[in-house]
Order: sequence, then C-alpha cells, then structure tokens
Amino acid sequence: MSVETTKVSGPQEFEKTLAASDTSVASFDTHSRTALESIQHRLHKSPAMVPLIILLLSVILFAIVVGGRFFSPFTLTLILQQVAITGMVGIAQTLVVLTAGIDLSVGAIMVLSSVVMGQFAMHYGVPAPVAVAVGLLVGALCGFINGVLIARVKLPPFIVTLGTWSIYAAINFIYSGNETIRSQDLETTAPLLQFFGGSFKVGGAVFTYGVLLMLILAAIAWYVLNHTAWGRHVYAVGDDPEAAELSGVRVDRMLLAVYTLTGIICAIAGWALIGRIGSVSPQAGQFENINSITAVVIGGTSLFGGRGSILGTIFGALIVGVFALGLRLWGTDPQWTQLSVGALIIVAVGIDQWIRKISA
Amino acid sequence: MTQAQDPILTARGLVKRYGRVTALDNADFDLYPGEILAVIGDNGAGKSSLIKAISGAVTPDEGEIRLDGKPIAFKSPMEAREAGIETVYQNLALSPALSIADNMFLGREIRKPGFLGQWLRMLDRPAMEKRARDKLTELGLMTIQNISQAVETLSGGQRQGVAVARAAAFGSKMVIMDEPTAALGVKESRRVLELILDVKKRGLPIVLISHNMPHVFEVADRIHIHRLGRRLAVIDPKQYTMSDAVAFMTGAKAPPEATMAA
Repeated sequence: MSVETTKVSGPQEFEKTLAASDTSVASFDTHSRTALESIQHRLHKSPAMVPLIILLLSVILFAIVVGGRFFSPFTLTLILQQVAITGMVGIAQTLVVLTAGIDLSVGAIMVLSSVVMGQFAMHYGVPAPVAVAVGLLVGALCGFINGVLIARVKLPPFIVTLGTWSIYAAINFIYSGNETIRSQDLETTAPLLQFFGGSFKVGGAVFTYGVLLMLILAAIAWYVLNHTAWGRHVYAVGDDPEAAELSGVRVDRMLLAVYTLTGIICAIAGWALIGRIGSVSPQAGQFENINSITAVVIGGTSLFGGRGSILGTIFGALIVGVFALGLRLWGTDPQWTQLSVGALIIVAVGIDQWIRKISA
Repeated sequence: MTQAQDPILTARGLVKRYGRVTALDNADFDLYPGEILAVIGDNGAGKSSLIKAISGAVTPDEGEIRLDGKPIAFKSPMEAREAGIETVYQNLALSPALSIADNMFLGREIRKPGFLGQWLRMLDRPAMEKRARDKLTELGLMTIQNISQAVETLSGGQRQGVAVARAAAFGSKMVIMDEPTAALGVKESRRVLELILDVKKRGLPIVLISHNMPHVFEVADRIHIHRLGRRLAVIDPKQYTMSDAVAFMTGAKAPPEATMAA
C-alpha cells in the first residue's frame, strides 16, 4: 500500500486475475435445479399454492370416504357459510400478520361491535343504519387504540392485544349486561341487522349474503394488497421496518392504519355474525381470534411478516371448515377435527420455514 | 478541474452533539458537480454524522447546509430524497420479499393514469417494471432476468446493484454511498466500483464513504479526510499515497497547509 504514489487506474494488482474469471457474473439459474428446488421456487412465488393444494386434496379425500353426502352443492356451500365469519376476521388478521404483528383482540372487537349495533337499535330506538354505523365506529376505535399502543407507544402487538382482548371482552359483558337480544325482537325492530343471514339458492347450492360479503371483502383486500402502493407498503413494513422507513414508508402511520382497518373489518364481521346466529349474543364468537390465526397460518402467511396472501387465508379457513364438516359427516369424534387442525398448523409453519430458506 | 464551478452542496460549521459527545465540531463539506468525493476517517471521526446531516437522517444543532446555493434544513431522509439527494445505505434498505421493481419504487410508486389510478389507486406495474429494467440495463445490470423476482433471491452484489440503480434512477442532484463494497467479495466489489464510475459518467456527483483505501484511491477525484468531528483536509489522490492519507486520518502526520484550506 505504501509504495503507491500515483492514482491507481483500473484494477488493483490482486484483481488482475479477475479478467480470466467466470464471466457469467450476475446471471441467474446457472445451475439446474432439482425437482424439489423448483417446487420450492414456485411456492416461494405463489404462497397460496400450498393451502390450495391441501384444500383440493381434503375435498377429494372426504368426497371418497364420505361420498355424496359430503360432495354435494348443498354441503360444500354449507362449509362456505360456516367459515364466512372466520374468513372475514381472517382477512383482518392477515393484514396484521403481514406487518409482523398479531391481533388477539379481533374476536372481542367483533362481538363488542355486534352488541353495540344490537343495543343501539333495540334499546336506544336509533334507526338500524345508524346503529350499524355506530357499531363500525366502535370497531374502528378499538382497532385505533391497538394501533396507537403499538405504533406510537411502541409496545409489542402480542402484549397490547392480549390486554385489549380482555378489556374489550369485559366491556362487552358489562355493557350488554350479558343479555342476548332475541332473534324475533330483531326481526320486528331492526331486520337490517340480520341482513347477512339472508340467502339465495343456485341449484342445490345455498349462498348467504354473509358468504358474498366475505368474498367481496377478500377481493377488495386482495386488490389493495397487490395493486396499490399502500398494499406493497404493508408487506414492506412486515418484511423489514427499517428498510421500509429508509425507503420512504411511514411505518408508524402504516401500522396505525392497519390496526384501525382491522377493527373496522372485525366490526363488519360482527354485523355478519348477527345474521349468522340470528340474535345478538355477547357470548358468540369467542374463539374467532384463535380461529382467524389458525386460518392465517394454515393459509401460508408467515407470522414473521412480509409474506402471505389473502387467498391463502380464505383457503386456510376453508380447509378447517372441510375437515370439521367432513369428519363430522364421517361420524368421528369431534376431537379428531381439533387434532387434524393442530397437525395442519404445524405442517403449514414447517412448509413456511422451508420456503423461506430459498436460495438463488 | 471541477473546482472552477460552484459546488452543488456546501456545509459550513456543522455541529452535532449527542449528550456530552460532540460528533460534529464545526465541520465543513463541499461537493462539486460531476465528481466522486470520498469521505474517509477513523471510526468515531464523525463521518456518519456528517453524512446523516446531509441525507436528512439527523438535524445538525448548528451550521448551514446549502444545496445549489440555497439553504436547506431536512427534517427527514424523505425530504432529502425529494430534493434529489439519494442515499445507498450500508444495509441497502431493500425489502427482501418484494420484487426488484417494487423495491426500486418503494415509497414513490407510479399509479395508472385516469380513473384506475386516481380513484382505485392502482399501480402501473408495466410502467414501473419498464423503468426499472431500463435503469438496470443502463447500468449494465440486465443479466438480472426477471424484474419481478424477489430481492431475497439475489446475491449480495446484485442487491447492491439494485440499490445503486434505485439511487441513480431517482437522484437528480447527488448520490451518497455508505460503504458500498464493505460486504462484498473481490469480484462483486469490482462490479460495484464500475457501477459507481458509470453513475459518475451520467453526471451525478457521488459521495463515497469507505474504509477501503485501494477502492477510494481508485475511483475518487478528491478525498475528504475527517478527523475529530471536523474536516481536516481535502487531498488529491494523485498527489498523495494511501499511507499519507492514513497518516493524516489518524493524526500521525499533519497535512500540508495547502490542503487545509480546500
């Protein structure tokens, strides 16, 4: 180093040999992949493939072992109806998990919103549309509080939503006095609240408006995540928050928006929940937080953030629905459903880890 | 050579304190059009603070920064970017799971014209991919075949290439590169140095922070030596050796008077 007196032009001495080196500097796929590697690459590109394949396989499996009782338009659309609520909450949960967060309070927000809608419509004599709007507002507020605690106060999402889960659930019981609003009362006073319970038939298939709502929400969320800047920022924030910040993404603002939006979607699910069960019950939907996380994980969305899809979550919810109904029709103990869902979760996370280890 | 022109960016009397530590102590800085200015200095000399003050990552306590003669006071890296100052961070600031095109346009996406973009906020993927591809081709990086492939499937040098291409695509005034060759092997370092010279050919001045003396002496037009929180000297790499530079930098030798004024 010390002997050089003039500016070095061109390569350094030790770099001269580079001229003779392999010229395929930045090229790709220079080595041929094994079959397994190319599967890994394909899955890396479209993460919803795994749950889709599992979904199709499980439908085929139950079609064979249970037969026509399972593989009929009526039963298959019944599964859709049964997973509609989980699917909607799962969409909200997907947004949060993509930012490398988690929301344990989704179920509580959903029920609280539905209770608020019911109470406003029945006891305050407010017109049904206003009651619904107030319910949505409550959902947004709950999500906003989560967002402020996570994005501004910088507390871990798990801790924040573990706390607000208890808080929102308690408020739900205190506010409602643990009182259920009966279906008949709703029918006479505020039928709008039960709107999503309505259904129509296409051949033997029965679709509720709740199912349509889930599909519409999924389509909107898919569009926003894949085709808008905001959606790409959701992924970027979950992937590497510092990199996102340096690239010009306002990370805390994004988190605040995602948790608030999650609250709103949960409130919409709360509205659909009234349609599903007919009445307004503070006891309903207690396990939706766990169900939604299950759907998200089986759907191939990574709990480490930045990876996953809405489609995967819908497939994940459907897989659970297919196993639940399929095993019941087969006549097994319901515990087998629990067991198989547990196994699916572990398999899904295992596959996620494997896909993440991708190499060029 | 370039000194006849007015500097693009000047900084005078920058002071930045962190508690009782003074990271910048009346530091000056000049960047001229079309040059590669290397910034060298020992660890803790205040290089990073100086660069952060220019790129908007920190706000200096005192002093003045002028871009094209106009005083500026960036409150965030975003404001600096809007003013045309791009930074290639040492950690690259890329989002691994997003595609090359998505990464290049992260935070400044192009939307479709008309109703789709205005109301549905739809991204104009074809336009973004085309511009990304053009930029990578311009810099000789188009051996990257698939612009929609995730950044995490790229090698270290290719990622560096994407980060440099992003800076070159959007930097209208200057590009700051923080240790661009630090994490790379011999061959990939060579590619990145060629990239740096390519960007310079395009007329963009570059601030290069590096500890690698051979790389600094190879590409830099002038070398800014930072010591104890201030600019110690600016030397011409043709007139001094690497050991001179190291000696000035570490305080083993005092720099000649002529360079002090530069």
